[in-house]
Amino acid sequence: MRVRERLPVPVATAVVLGFLGLFFAWPVAAIVGTGLRGDVGAVLAEAETWRLVAFTLGQAAASTLVALIAGMPLAYVLARAAIPGRAVLRAVVTVPFVLPTVVVGMAFRALFGLESSGGVLPIVLANAFFNVAVVARTVGGLWTHLDRRVEDAARSLGASRLRAFTSVTLPALLPALGSAAAVVFLFCSTSFGVVLVLGGGQYRTLETEIYLRTVQLLDLPGAAALSLLQFAAVVGALLVASAARRRRETALRLRAAVDTARVPQGGEWAVVAAAGIVVCGLLAPIVGLLLRSVSTVDGWGFAGYRALLGAGERGTLEVSGLDAALNSVRAAADATWMALLLGLLASFVLVGARRRVVAESVDLVLMLPLGVSAVTVGFGYLITLNLLPGDLRTSPLLVPFAQALVVTPLVIRMVLPVLRAVDDRLRQAAATLGASPWRVRREVDVPLAARAVLGAAGFGFVVALGEFGATSFLVRPDAPTLPVAIARLLSRPGALNTQMAYAACALLVLVTVLAVLLVERLRVRSDAVEEF
Amino acid sequence: MNRFLRWAALVAAAALATGCSLIGTGGEPPAPSGARTVTLVAHDSFAVDPRVLADFEKRSGIHVQVRTSGDAGELTNKLVLSKAAPIGDVAYGVDSTFASRALREGVFQPYRPVWADQGPQRFAQDPQHRLTAVDVADVCVNVDSKWFAAHRLPEPRSLRDLTDPRYRNLMSVPDPSTSSPGLAFLLDTVAAFGEPGWQDYWRALQANGVKLSGGWEEAYNQDFTGAAEHGTRPIVLSYASSPAAQAGPDGRSSSRALLDTCYRQVEYAGVLAGAKDPVAAGQVVDFLLSREFQQQVADQMYVYPAVTGVPLPPAWATAAPLPPKPAELPAAEVERNRDRWVQQWRTLVRG
Repeated sequence: MRVRERLPVPVATAVVLGFLGLFFAWPVAAIVGTGLRGDVGAVLAEAETWRLVAFTLGQAAASTLVALIAGMPLAYVLARAAIPGRAVLRAVVTVPFVLPTVVVGMAFRALFGLESSGGVLPIVLANAFFNVAVVARTVGGLWTHLDRRVEDAARSLGASRLRAFTSVTLPALLPALGSAAAVVFLFCSTSFGVVLVLGGGQYRTLETEIYLRTVQLLDLPGAAALSLLQFAAVVGALLVASAARRRRETALRLRAAVDTARVPQGGEWAVVAAAGIVVCGLLAPIVGLLLRSVSTVDGWGFAGYRALLGAGERGTLEVSGLDAALNSVRAAADATWMALLLGLLASFVLVGARRRVVAESVDLVLMLPLGVSAVTVGFGYLITLNLLPGDLRTSPLLVPFAQALVVTPLVIRMVLPVLRAVDDRLRQAAATLGASPWRVRREVDVPLAARAVLGAAGFGFVVALGEFGATSFLVRPDAPTLPVAIARLLSRPGALNTQMAYAACALLVLVTVLAVLLVERLRVRSDAVEEF
Repeated sequence: MNRFLRWAALVAAAALATGCSLIGTGGEPPAPSGARTVTLVAHDSFAVDPRVLADFEKRSGIHVQVRTSGDAGELTNKLVLSKAAPIGDVAYGVDSTFASRALREGVFQPYRPVWADQGPQRFAQDPQHRLTAVDVADVCVNVDSKWFAAHRLPEPRSLRDLTDPRYRNLMSVPDPSTSSPGLAFLLDTVAAFGEPGWQDYWRALQANGVKLSGGWEEAYNQDFTGAAEHGTRPIVLSYASSPAAQAGPDGRSSSRALLDTCYRQVEYAGVLAGAKDPVAAGQVVDFLLSREFQQQVADQMYVYPAVTGVPLPPAWATAAPLPPKPAELPAAEVERNRDRWVQQWRTLVRG
């Protein structure tokens, strides 16, 4: 017997799909539909279009691979190695995610000394730089809870460490790996700023081309054709990922985190060392921008920080840097609770869905916002949201709505594997003992998933903090978020503006680290409840 | 479990109570009671001295809501797409490159501001007076004079000079297909060398090692030797006004714009068709052309006032004078050929 509720499921499904329909499907369909009235075939017939598709998918696949390789040692350290400073490490690996792409792009550009044209390697590395955190956190989240005794049993039966990893641990981690790979692939295939800065105009993807055709050329038929291709590619990638995941998300014996972390031994130190190298790679650009925020024309100084307290050189910003930081935190807080609400509702629906096909398709639909161009959504808002009461097109709430669209799939990807791994017999036992369906959720699922939910909340908050694509499109000039303020500062001449931009990046890093550390504290407290 | 839930609830409640939410903020300072509200849609670079704006609001009784909407191209396209239900009442920032598109699509309605013949008429695009010039933002090649002095090399003067082997690998230009100053430079070369001469010029430029970047930010902030990050290229495509941003307190700048390489870019404002209160909207356009507003455009937005007789900041007279004879192309010709030129440029330069 499976435990399920009759009424809450349709209601929850309606809430989730309603939000998605209103703020995603309808606007996207409207703008693509406008384009489809024109001549779409011409674009599809061009060889150039198919080269774009190939390059987009190729660079995304390569970036995903690099992110997976770099993220696994970090996931191991975060989940398994009892070494000091793991909370700080978790904060540090998250920082790249919030950095504005134009800043990171320029850092990589300087690093590779790009001459004249862009390069593929810098694009791949920069994409991976942003996404290592997704892998480390998604995989690390599940890894923390794997019962270590199964590996120990394999070891005592004579398996080498490597053998125990490949035949016991790795198969158990596959759901999380699949999730992480899917998310990273989507992020990389729609990566915009990185390709624009590091591609130097030479390398283009579907995303940059959709932007160009929509924003500069007003070639809506061309943009619609490319959007459909992007859509097809994204659905294809998601189907592959879901096929790889299928039947992998099985019941695992989840354990509390304190039981599974040990001091590394022998060959495990090599993995820790590899993680160290990855951390250095992640830190280099961050340290670089911190240094630049204090280097002025006449040596070291804090002119950028002082100016940030005001509104910039000759009023570049309408608000001070601190106000921008506060705007960022506010919008991200709203986006986080909205995404948690939607993500958790969706996860509970998905984990309880009896028909696998239904669960898979709802899951897929919820992931789509990650794979559709922010420009398409933004221009879609422009021609649809005026039809809603109160003309939401200029509402300040549109920013957290759009951010929630991006964060919700991440919440689902981080919470669902853990929920699916909960042994259904626990629920059945609770039900047999007379617990009502909600009581079962509260006593079984919530405690087991609490850590993952908190992790998702923290990460979602950080993603919303750093979100630029949709935000820059919707934000109002009197309430810019930090990434938008940074872009605005960089788009002006003058040494002070540049320094302020880097000081604002430092502020963004600070806010991120504080947010992650706060969540870490909560997670430590939640650990106590996971022992049963 | 309960302990944890309580903790989490406490944090969430504290976060919401201390204002960590946009809900309820409304985002907008309340308009004075009885005031009419005009929404001004502008490009991202729009900036106004808050005192000047507050003065106008007090005098006119009109509350101005500013909404920025991307660069000139993005702004124009958004206006076109939303013309059935306009996102504002007045738009500022449609430039000479995109003006014909906005006019052809009927985005604006006729309005002739008070100061229209005090200078803006020089840049008029439309006999029906639907767009009025507010400022001039010419694009010019900039050079780092300090670098040229240190390297004992004469500075280039014209576009043709830039293909001289002496200036090999010294120039950085943003891509015309992804950057609006880059596009202006492409138009500049079309105006200077005609068709198909501009293509030969670009071949020569490329043979001379011109560096292309995705956006203006990388070219100016990162590649240009005269900027904060100390690049390696002393010649960069930027604006006529950029040297003013480099000027010290004495008004001297280490970089300068080459006045024979400039392309005229004019930024326009107009009342949107479908404006809720066209009279008030007209008053806001009047405000954009008023002396108070025109006087501060240089400092606020690094552009030149369109109204004649408005003084520039003292430093600008030496560091960043208005180019006397910039190149320009008729807006209709730009609109007709823009996409084809960009496409040809891509094929030519990117191969």
